[in-house]
Amino acid sequence: MSVPTPTMSQTVTVTVNGVTFERDVPARRLLVHLLRDDLDLTGTHIGCDTGSCGACTVHLDGVPVKSCAVLAVQADGASVTTVEGLAGDEQTPLQRSFAEHHALQCGYCTPGMLMSATALLAENPSPTEDDVKVALQGNICRCTGYWNIVEAVVAAGRGAA
Amino acid sequence: MLLREVSYARPATVDEAVSLLSEHDGARALAGGQTLLNVMKQRAASPDVLVDLGGLEELRAIAVSGSTLEIGAMATLSSIIRSSEVEVTRPILAEVAATVADVQVRNRGTLGGNICVNDPTNHFPPLLVALGATMTVRGSGGERTIPAEEFFVGVFETAVREGDLLTRIDVPAGGKGTGDGMAGVTLGAHGTYIASAAASVSDGAWRVVLGCVAAVPVRATGVEERLAGDVDEQSVRAAVEGLGATLDPPSDVHASADYRRSLAETAAVRAVLQASERAKG
Repeated sequence: MSVPTPTMSQTVTVTVNGVTFERDVPARRLLVHLLRDDLDLTGTHIGCDTGSCGACTVHLDGVPVKSCAVLAVQADGASVTTVEGLAGDEQTPLQRSFAEHHALQCGYCTPGMLMSATALLAENPSPTEDDVKVALQGNICRCTGYWNIVEAVVAAGRGAA
Repeated sequence: MLLREVSYARPATVDEAVSLLSEHDGARALAGGQTLLNVMKQRAASPDVLVDLGGLEELRAIAVSGSTLEIGAMATLSSIIRSSEVEVTRPILAEVAATVADVQVRNRGTLGGNICVNDPTNHFPPLLVALGATMTVRGSGGERTIPAEEFFVGVFETAVREGDLLTRIDVPAGGKGTGDGMAGVTLGAHGTYIASAAASVSDGAWRVVLGCVAAVPVRATGVEERLAGDVDEQSVRAAVEGLGATLDPPSDVHASADYRRSLAETAAVRAVLQASERAKG
C-alpha cells in the first residue's frame, strides 16, 4: 500500500464538452474557476458562489452539480458538459423553447437553468409542471418569476416526446 | 471565491484514507463537499489537508444483509432516493433525502457527510436516531460501532474523532408492523428545519426523536411511553401534551424558544400519526 502524499497542486485531466484537457491546478481551485479562467469557458456563470443559486450548474459525469461546490481536483478523470457543449450546429429544442417562451430576461441564470433542465429531460422526456419545479429548485432566477422558464421546459418536453 | 491554500490527496482505499487522516495534522475528510467547501469559503473551516473520499467506491454501496440495510457513508442522497434496497426496507430514508436542498446538492451530498456535519437543523440526525441506526467508524486503532444516540455529540460534533472515518450506516430493515414518519417546519420547501420530529414504531414499540431543540437529537421518552396500543389523533395529542415544557430549545431569528416548543409538539404529533398509519401497511 502506498498512501498518496497530499500536495498543494495536482495535474488534472478532464474532458470538457468532448475535448480532453490537462492542467496543473492548485488543490484549492474550484471547478468553476478551472472552466472559466483556465479553459476560457465563460458560459458557466458564478452567481452566489455559496452553492445556493445554481448559475454555475454543469454536468459532471452526466449529472448536474454546482461547479462552485466541487474542487477542480475532484473532477480529475471526469467528463464535464457545460452550456457551450449543449448545441451542435444548431440549438437544442430546449434552447429554442427558452427563446420562444421568453424564458430569460437578463440571462445570467440561463446557463444553469439549461443544464438542470437538460438533465431533467434526459431522465424524464415529458415532465409535468411539478416535475420541472422540483428539478429547477436549485436554480434561482431574479427576473422572470420562473413561469416562462417552467413553460419552456414543459413545452420542450412535449416537443421531444 | 478563493479558498485558503490547502493540500489534497485522493486515497484509493479506506485504509489509505484512515492513514492520511491520522497522520496529518489538520486533515479533514472531503465527502460530497456540499457543506465543507462552502464553509471553507467563509473560513468557518480551514483544514490543512483534504482527504478526498471520492475514489472509495466501496463506501458508496447500499446493500441489505440479513435484516440490516447497510448504507456506505459515501452513498449520495440521489443514490438513496433511487435505491431499490432502501425502497423495500426503509423507504422513509429516500423520502427524506428527496426533501434535502436540491437536485445538484443531492447528486454530490452524501449521507455520511450530512450526519458528520451534525448541523442541528439537518434532516438525518433525528431520523437515524428514531430508526435505531448504528454507525461504523474506522480509526488507526481499528473499527468500532456506535449507536446513533451516542454518535451525535454536540453542535457540528460527532463521535468521529480526529483521524477517524465514518464508513457505514446500518439501519434495521423495517417490515410488517413497522412504520416511520418525519415532520416539521422548514425554511422554504426544501430548506433545513426550524423544528422537526421523527417517529418510528415497530410492533408497538415507539421511538420519537426531536430535531432543532438542542445541540443533538432529543428522544421524547415520555411520549414514547405514553404511546401504547392503537393510536389515534386524540391519543397522540394526549401523549404529546406537555412535551414542549420539557424542552429547552434555542431562540433565533427563525423561531423563539416558545414557538419551537409549540412546533416540536405539532411535529411530533404529525410524525407519530404518519408512522402509525404506515405501520398498518
